Amino acid sequence: MSTQHSRSAARIMIAPATFLLLAWMLIPLCMTLYYSFRRYRLLTPDRQGWVGFRNYENFLTNPAFTSALINTLVLVLGVLIITVVLGILLAILLDQPFKGQGIVRILVIAPFFVMPTVSALVWKNMFMNPVNGLFAYAAKAVGLEPYDFLSQAPLMSIIGIVSWQWLPFATLILLTAIQSLDSEQMEAAEMDGASALNRFWFITLPHLSRAITVVILIQTIFLLSIFAEILVTTNGGPGTASTNLTYLVYAESLLNYDVGEGSAGGVVAIILANIVAIFLMRAIGKNLDA
Amino acid sequence: MARAISKRRTVIVTILAWTIGLLIFFPILWTVITSFKTEAEAIADPPSLFWFNWTLENYNVVNARSNYPLHFMNSVIISLGSTLIGLAIAVPAAWSMAFVPSKQTKNILMWMLSTKMLPSVGVLIPIYLISRNLGLLDSRIALVVILTLINLPIIVWMLYTYFKEIPIDILEAARMDGASLKSEILYILTPMALPGIASTMLLNIILAWNEAFWTLNLTAAKAAPLTAFIASYSSPEGLFYAKLSAASTMAIAPILIMGWFSQKQLVRGLTFGAVK
Amino acid sequence: MGQISLNQVTKSFGDVQVIPPLDLDINEGEFVVFVGPSGCGKSTLLRLIAGLEDTTSGVIKIDDTDATALPPAKRGLAMVFQSYALYPHMSVRKNIAFPLRMAGMDQAAQDAKINAAATALNLTDYLDRRPGQLSGGQRQRVAIGRAIVREPSAFLFDEPLSNLDAALRVGMRLEISELHKKLETTMIYVTHDQVEAMTMADKIVVLQAGVIEQVGSPLELYHKPRNKFVAGFIGSPKMNLIEGAEAEKHGAATIGIRPEHMTVSKSEGTWKGVVGVAEHLGSDTFIHVHETGLMDTMTLRITGDIEARHGDTIFLSPEMDKLHRFDAQGLRLV
Repeated sequence: MSTQHSRSAARIMIAPATFLLLAWMLIPLCMTLYYSFRRYRLLTPDRQGWVGFRNYENFLTNPAFTSALINTLVLVLGVLIITVVLGILLAILLDQPFKGQGIVRILVIAPFFVMPTVSALVWKNMFMNPVNGLFAYAAKAVGLEPYDFLSQAPLMSIIGIVSWQWLPFATLILLTAIQSLDSEQMEAAEMDGASALNRFWFITLPHLSRAITVVILIQTIFLLSIFAEILVTTNGGPGTASTNLTYLVYAESLLNYDVGEGSAGGVVAIILANIVAIFLMRAIGKNLDA
Repeated sequence: MARAISKRRTVIVTILAWTIGLLIFFPILWTVITSFKTEAEAIADPPSLFWFNWTLENYNVVNARSNYPLHFMNSVIISLGSTLIGLAIAVPAAWSMAFVPSKQTKNILMWMLSTKMLPSVGVLIPIYLISRNLGLLDSRIALVVILTLINLPIIVWMLYTYFKEIPIDILEAARMDGASLKSEILYILTPMALPGIASTMLLNIILAWNEAFWTLNLTAAKAAPLTAFIASYSSPEGLFYAKLSAASTMAIAPILIMGWFSQKQLVRGLTFGAVK
Repeated sequence: MGQISLNQVTKSFGDVQVIPPLDLDINEGEFVVFVGPSGCGKSTLLRLIAGLEDTTSGVIKIDDTDATALPPAKRGLAMVFQSYALYPHMSVRKNIAFPLRMAGMDQAAQDAKINAAATALNLTDYLDRRPGQLSGGQRQRVAIGRAIVREPSAFLFDEPLSNLDAALRVGMRLEISELHKKLETTMIYVTHDQVEAMTMADKIVVLQAGVIEQVGSPLELYHKPRNKFVAGFIGSPKMNLIEGAEAEKHGAATIGIRPEHMTVSKSEGTWKGVVGVAEHLGSDTFIHVHETGLMDTMTLRITGDIEARHGDTIFLSPEMDKLHRFDAQGLRLV
């Protein structure tokens, strides 16, 4: 449905976006690859040279890597489970008619708009602080010993904070999906004698499956690169107890000034992210024609 | 069906939903409340929710510190700048893909999406080194450019889904009426897609405002937006809760308001049109 | 002004050729209707003339200048779309003004033209409304108004009435015909409705699968269809087409007789059959006749009213001078 004129105009108009993104993708990617095979430390920048796979060896055999990999998995999975399960329940609740629906919806969505550094700081100081945090007061009020969340259970605490940030996202998307469910379908099932639980299991949940997939995949992309929350609350510690892959690469390259090993870590991160990305692209690509 | 029970049910649902809603919102509420306390009251035991001497002192202090307005302006410039440049690049691209689709269109869209999947940390070093060598570390320019590129795929995608909803007949009518491509986009497409363009803009300002990887890694004092400025509060433990709260409130308030306005479009934007 | 000629024009989408080489001349001031079943390529042909679609090969000339490569804006044509394609964010006035604004006309001249068009189309009271606040018929008039202010060398209509209800359609049909008489500008009109084609056209172009089956005046097509397709497509109810032994008697592979060209009798006639359904329109009666041994259902049209009950046996006699004969290829035998 077009003419030569519009086709050539289209090609010209799409060029800047394509070109910029291509450059944005290729140039840094190639540089990361290049550095990952080089010896390059910012403190001794003169001693450079090819080192083969030694950076990868160092990065992958570093005990911090294994723990970072596990931490990343625990962080991603923990947040996913919490946000998806609570998100479904919350979405169903908010879908019911009740007074002040609009306001509650706004309250629930709010944490998503809080910048990561702010939410990390607020949780760290005003809630989880063992001396002055609200949780500490609450514990003391009922006669318990205050718990030092960020030193005793740093990863779990971070999972809690991140879940609070992402629960709104899951809820909002699942709520939108629930609202697109044909109410006649529900009424038909009710007429057919399906109980509330059955209706949830056989109608609501299958209807939500696509939205759930999308939530899982998009959150995964973001959760793999959680950074600010860790930097602000624990700096990855104690030890490497709350270091994820992103933070490890950051620490290697900008704290230890080892560009080579940091780059190797970057390449590893890219490979892992791509595995997730392939699934995400498929899910979204399917909906493109609809 | 026994609709008689529905009244009791509504009451239960109302109470439950409000309780959960307030619980989720509480950390934000608490931050806002604390921002009006004195530092002593902020760490008082037991903490008080409303019955304290409300004061604007903290806001005055935070504003008086010369660097706070600077960081606020950095946030505004970086998020607005990257969004506007992104729109200028994305509108023509989205026009092409929505109205002159070819066999490549779907591939290009998917590829653009895939650039979004590249973990930032994977390219941290090259971007850091390039910025350093160009003397752009701790500069707004570098952040505007990077955030433009990061959010460009989302802008293109969102605009694409909005443009797709405009009947091509109307653009063809404009062509028949003698409109050039520029007039077609300026006088017909843009006004018709204005709601979509506005929500695209809103969502991208929010995303850019809250971006906390590049802003933390590429700035120091001069170009640091609020994300990085707030992060600098992380060291002094429990000493400045009230001021921290005031700074935080000011940092999140504009975006919270914008976000509430754009919540409907947010879903479409964040799921690349997969959920509407 | 307003002469359009197509010379060996073809159009392919990918490997699929939707319009094989086609020649057509449209004279100045003519009302030409492209008619055919859906998917016959009539809209594509219109879009080729408009310039909204490129020709794959061939030459399109408008007023003796080669317009094949010209963009739509430069062809001096105006188009009325099926969906009306009004600009929803502009008032009626702004909609009509848009082509003038694009042409860079000054405000006073624009206003004069808009007011003239609005008066002619009964839109004066609606000039400040948005298209969304108008009825279907009013929107249609705005679309026409937007077309006429350009003073194009030809108007293109793409099934403009198909979104209107039946009653409005008849009214708009008349309005467009009157507009043509008044403006005396070339009009090309695409429709799948043969009634629209018959009532409006000076010249009908019957298309099937991108091929022109016949070009002629409405009555030419009615009285002398060039082939079986045109015979079946033009006229309502459809012409009865009879094959087999009965056709051979007349030295043809197929014979055709229009429902209105037969007489009916209860006692005697050429063909015998049983009454199925009789549709009484008041002015006419359509009778569907079964068991003639000639074809499944034969349709008969009688002026006025006739007593015919389901199951009655009746006799039909064709008016021999109005019998159409076609050869094995479906072409008309003279």
